[in-house]
Amino acid sequence: MREQELVQGNEACARGAIYAGCRFFAGYPITPSSEIMEYLARELPKVGGVCLQMEDEIASISAVIGASWGGAKAMTATSGPGFSLMQESIGYAAITETPCVIVDAQRGGPSTGQPTKVSQGDVMQARWGTHGDHPIIVLTASWVREVFEMTVHAFNLAEKYRVPVILLLDEVLAHLRENVILPEPGELEVISRRHPDRLEDFRPFADETFCAFGEGGRVMVTGMSHDELGFPAQGKKAAEQLQRILMKIESRTEELALYGAHFLDDADAVIISYGITSRAVEEAVRLLRADGLAVGWLDLKTLWPFPDKLVRSCTEHAHYVLVPELNWGQLVREVERVVGGRAPVEHLGRLDGYLITPEEIARRVQDRVQCGA
Amino acid sequence: MATKQIQLTGAGGQGLVLAGIILAEAAMRDGKNVAVAQSYGPEARLGASKAEVIISTEKIAYPQVTQPDILLCLSQDAFDKYFSDAQVLVVVDATQVQAPAESRNIYKLPLVRAAAEQVGNRLVANVVALGALNALAELVSWEGLRASVERRTPQKYREQNLRALEVGRHLAHTQTKEV
Repeated sequence: MREQELVQGNEACARGAIYAGCRFFAGYPITPSSEIMEYLARELPKVGGVCLQMEDEIASISAVIGASWGGAKAMTATSGPGFSLMQESIGYAAITETPCVIVDAQRGGPSTGQPTKVSQGDVMQARWGTHGDHPIIVLTASWVREVFEMTVHAFNLAEKYRVPVILLLDEVLAHLRENVILPEPGELEVISRRHPDRLEDFRPFADETFCAFGEGGRVMVTGMSHDELGFPAQGKKAAEQLQRILMKIESRTEELALYGAHFLDDADAVIISYGITSRAVEEAVRLLRADGLAVGWLDLKTLWPFPDKLVRSCTEHAHYVLVPELNWGQLVREVERVVGGRAPVEHLGRLDGYLITPEEIARRVQDRVQCGA
Repeated sequence: MATKQIQLTGAGGQGLVLAGIILAEAAMRDGKNVAVAQSYGPEARLGASKAEVIISTEKIAYPQVTQPDILLCLSQDAFDKYFSDAQVLVVVDATQVQAPAESRNIYKLPLVRAAAEQVGNRLVANVVALGALNALAELVSWEGLRASVERRTPQKYREQNLRALEVGRHLAHTQTKEV
């Protein structure tokens, strides 16, 4: 049996990227994501990859998009302020259907905010930060090993569907070290973009097949609305193309939903959480169940596309729904929309840069359930 | 031991995060589950710094310390912020921290001075502290702790750090607990 290692969240992300076949990273160091780049600067060249420090985050995401069109699996990593700068080009990646992975280790915002403190304040920005309707997949993680797995998964989805995938981490998980046994080569599936069978009549924007520059296919890449060949298109043709790229993700909402469902069968109260906060919920649920309260827990790993059907079925018989998250109320709005007034939905947040504790969650649920909510 | 919660506190640059890593890695090699969370301010140096180590035979879900059993303070600010009478064991640096005389759980040890005078490098005070903590609280095996120090410190300072561990262990055994 392989030995346990003490691994940091950021290191797990970097190692997951290499495992997934990432061979290009461009970034600009920022707390709390910097260790991802530090690791890749040291290790990528050893596997024939490239790690570039750019002049800022706009250049970083642009380099990543360029590298992807050069045929490389590519990633960048940042935090709130850098993530804000990347938004325009995330839209470019979306409309040009460029496979790439963007890691955002969330810290207290807005602006410079609390650079060294934890937050889950970028959930809505990850979905809607760039302008216009666009497809996006947003994943998150709660454990160091899960950071590794989700990074690999982010690459797999990016490559399979030709879409930018965002991995939302947070300051605590990014900096947390735990004992883990990371996956061995071959243990996790690694997916690479599909190349066209025939190059002569290749249409670069017809589906998920991808031909990099220099591979022989005729490729024209533009941020303008375009037809299947990549040439500018307006009106009906533009709408058809946009619908296609939106639906390739939206129509797969259910299969994209990764989650953990715990104690939901008999649950009167349901807690819905994600990321680092899920670890407090795990303890809280244990405390509440020991008290004899019928509490269930839905632990979301895929945040976007938001899994409507899953959340609806998990809250169907609930009399109370709690959404703890380290912000002023973001994913809770999606939960409210889906629950649609069938049960009270409450938010439990924090803005001070500290984690929500198991006791806070347990106390809130106890108060509400005993009041007959 | 089911779960031990340890806070290592002080200022940026004192090696508290490294001390947390060394301690956790030793515990991991003893077959325990561990989590090391770090917390620091936005300053490049000398801001508040803290490492939190949880060592457990159980799965560690919540990754931060809720009720510290053991507290190390290498600065007055850290002591003022984190000290409580509820803690089982508190070790402070005798020259950096003014601690109330009446507290029964405090060990005041000259960690930084011992690092400077007995090892010749005040920067290894973090490892002196680890030696003292482990002598007083028996957190991990000495063999594992030594291996972890060797693994996590630069070659050039390895001997100094190993010596620091012994100096800390000796300090804890010889200093009388102040009442």
